[in-house]
Amino acid sequence: MHETDMTKALILTVRDWWEAQPERPQISHVHLTVGQFTCVEPVSLQFAFEVQTRNTFLEAAKLVIQETPLIAFCHHCQQEYRPEIGVQYACSECRSPLEDIRSGRELKIDRIEYCSDSAESYASNL
Amino acid sequence: MHQTFDAALGINLLHANQEGADHNRAHFDAWGITCLNIMSSPGAGKTVLLEKTLSALNQKLKIAVIEGDMTTELDADRLRQYNVPVIAINTGRSCHLDSKMVAGGLHQLEHQYNPSDFDLVLVENVGNLVCPAEFEVGEHAKVALLSITEGEDKPLKYPVMFQEADCLLITKMDLAPYLEIDIDRIISNVRQMNPNATIIPVSAKTGEGLAIWFDWLQSQVPSAQTTSKTQNLTPV
Repeated sequence: MHETDMTKALILTVRDWWEAQPERPQISHVHLTVGQFTCVEPVSLQFAFEVQTRNTFLEAAKLVIQETPLIAFCHHCQQEYRPEIGVQYACSECRSPLEDIRSGRELKIDRIEYCSDSAESYASNL
Repeated sequence: MHQTFDAALGINLLHANQEGADHNRAHFDAWGITCLNIMSSPGAGKTVLLEKTLSALNQKLKIAVIEGDMTTELDADRLRQYNVPVIAINTGRSCHLDSKMVAGGLHQLEHQYNPSDFDLVLVENVGNLVCPAEFEVGEHAKVALLSITEGEDKPLKYPVMFQEADCLLITKMDLAPYLEIDIDRIISNVRQMNPNATIIPVSAKTGEGLAIWFDWLQSQVPSAQTTSKTQNLTPV
């Protein structure tokens, strides 16, 4: 259910960007990074995005979600390891607890792909 | 001519909520209030814990409660019996409190009272082990409850909640003799992802562990270390 709220936040952030552009370009793709160690389910996010962008400036936009794995660093072993979500979070070698998460907590709007008719608008977006 | 362009944003999806949470925290700090966010699945015992807490600490600390509930004021009404301000926030269909809702609660507190008179604001979140873990509301510490009837595996299944908790209360300990539950396994499952949380087994029914919880709670409140604000109440 919270994917609805996340999508709302996503749309508001993209709208802020879009409204700041002088020529309101057509957005074709919104790229997200979603870590596996977050409470967000990409499938639900896709669905919420589809529903909530109907009849809006994002109607034609596709949501592209890049998932990042949970990777932790074990300070005892001095190496990275991949905890198995739902099963085992401690280091598989030495059983030290999960403390230093290097990847998997991301919930980020990476970039927006858009079409533009003039080269002028490109310059203003640099 | 059609050309495709890229704009790099790199903005966190929860950016707006986080900003709101930081704003709330700045208010709490300015008022000298400690805020705790209390989270669990539905029925783990948040409200009864608050009842015990209010009844034990009401004389020592000046406490207000922000109560998140999807549709009712049932919990808020239970807590109002303890003569503390209880601000009820109906979250509607939303399954968690966010920083904006809590900001609305703080405005109410500000209207009806002098916020600087308070030592502690307890936020009772909506019963849910998933979303509240991602939405900060401006708290100084997170408290999670896990009742022993929920099973040993819940920390493994809802790791974000248990990883974020500063204090974990294992509740309904009085039921332990009737259940096949391994408390040590609950603790070791939590420790896999959270080596630092204070873990306290409690029972609101028998009182087991509550004194330890009250001590932990007071240790979070700097104004309790000197003189509590209960002496100088000034209704607005």
